Amino acid sequence: MEFISQHPILVASVVKIAVLLFVVMTALAYVTWLERKVIAHIQSRWGPYYVGAHGLLQPLADGLKFLFKEDVTPPVSDRLIYTLAPFVALSLALTAIALIPFGPPSVHFPNGQSVFIVSDISIGLLFLFAITSMGVYGVALAGWSSNSKYPLMGGLRSSAQMISYEVSLTISVVGVLLLANTLNFNGIIEGQRGYWLHFIPRWHVVPQIIGFMCYITAAIAETNRIPFDLPEAETELVAGFHTEYSSFKFAMFFMAEYANMITVSCLATILFLGGWLSPFPDSWAWQLYLPGAGLVLLGAYCAYDTVMHMRGIARIQFAVVTVLALGGGALCLIPAVAVLIQGPFWFTAKILAILFVYIWMRGTLPRFRYDQLMSFGWKLLLPVALANLVITAFVMILPLLRHG
Amino acid sequence: MSLPFIVFFICALFAVVGAVVLILAREPIHSALALIQVMLSLAVLYLLLGAEFIAAVQVIVYAGAIMVLFVFVIMLLNMRVEERTNFSKLAYVGVVAAFALLLWTAHWLAHSPAGRVVGTGAGSAGAFDTVELSKQLFRPYLFPFEATSILILIAILGAMVLARKEE
Repeated sequence: MEFISQHPILVASVVKIAVLLFVVMTALAYVTWLERKVIAHIQSRWGPYYVGAHGLLQPLADGLKFLFKEDVTPPVSDRLIYTLAPFVALSLALTAIALIPFGPPSVHFPNGQSVFIVSDISIGLLFLFAITSMGVYGVALAGWSSNSKYPLMGGLRSSAQMISYEVSLTISVVGVLLLANTLNFNGIIEGQRGYWLHFIPRWHVVPQIIGFMCYITAAIAETNRIPFDLPEAETELVAGFHTEYSSFKFAMFFMAEYANMITVSCLATILFLGGWLSPFPDSWAWQLYLPGAGLVLLGAYCAYDTVMHMRGIARIQFAVVTVLALGGGALCLIPAVAVLIQGPFWFTAKILAILFVYIWMRGTLPRFRYDQLMSFGWKLLLPVALANLVITAFVMILPLLRHG
Repeated sequence: MSLPFIVFFICALFAVVGAVVLILAREPIHSALALIQVMLSLAVLYLLLGAEFIAAVQVIVYAGAIMVLFVFVIMLLNMRVEERTNFSKLAYVGVVAAFALLLWTAHWLAHSPAGRVVGTGAGSAGAFDTVELSKQLFRPYLFPFEATSILILIAILGAMVLARKEE
């Protein structure tokens, strides 16, 4: 007890990290579910359906399956690096999320520490780039240490691709930094408060639409997703860098990929879409009850589905989901709670929108050819991002030039 | 022992061990990994000194970009275990010289005020923050800064000209 009272910051941080880890791990699992469902519906299929109602327990089943599979290490591999690589990939991907503010700093513990961010540092953005720039090692080392043809090709492609697109990614963000004047995430979000013409939110996506496009494109390439998933192109390289990986090590790469997706979506939300700010003016009081109303509507739909379509054990499972949604909705309608969850609600909504675009692209676009990937990155994306930066800088300095 | 002090010693140890492994490892990629470890440990040391911007740039530029290129080249050429030759006699002179230098540095540190502030960033925190750094960089040091970037540009062009095959 004495230790807890002496180190309030340490204890609060540990609690926040534990909660965040649990939330992120669950979110990772359900992003895979969302992806399979959305792609299935794009392709006129049902997707996961049988494990739990609407396949809701599928992520759990997958996780258990990975845990109990045999863990094979190829005898010709470099054992140390082969084991280390998935840990590097996953731990870096998860560390980056510690820097993301999920809600306003106005909600804080008695000692002044914000509830919604683990580590609020003044150079948040730089630090995030430092962590994500290390992420390539997980993939590259996995490819090398497997000591096999296809993984090596995958690892090579990955390092070349990450170096090429990281330049565009960083430069597309600098335009926002010029507007925001700070590297701190909460500062960047606060700078987007307010409205043009009383209803268009002053998000950076409006003046920086080209930067936003460049960022999203480069971010998809950085996370090795279709149409940039050449490091694991299954039609060419079996499974690319993780061909030799099995069991939970494979699952770790899988989780790292989805954690990276969530991180870049968070970053896009913070930099371009106003983070935890609401898109509606503060004077619209009814928006406080939007999260609650949304959950109640979801609950109502679930109730309808339970009664009309579900049979047997799925009916019981979906009844639980219904009760959870309705209960959560009722909780969110309490005014005090409604104020508290405004920030996280909008943040999550924006992340989900970006993740949906990610999945939508995977369901729609074919893969690039390798030379197309390189010429696209260097000859189109980089010049456009650079031009955007120069124009932004010029517009920023124009008033200074005019008034001397 | 305060917390920064403990972190300092852990990172200093990591850096030294990494540097030794870098030289002794026989697989080129193990050497590259050891070098990354040294870079990261140095970044933490910069953080302890309050130089957060330099710490972040150290990781982004060295560990995140330059070393990725190193690893890429090692993988592309598919380098395997390196061959060893016998030590040359001259190496012993080098060992003696290195120890002499180490002793001299330790002696100098023990007798200078610089030796007493290592490891705790309390005194210098904020002196290297991003705003202050950019003010220094773009006002008094603007000319050397721009001259350096032109120098690097010339070096890049030179490398491309030298590496290109004759038609």
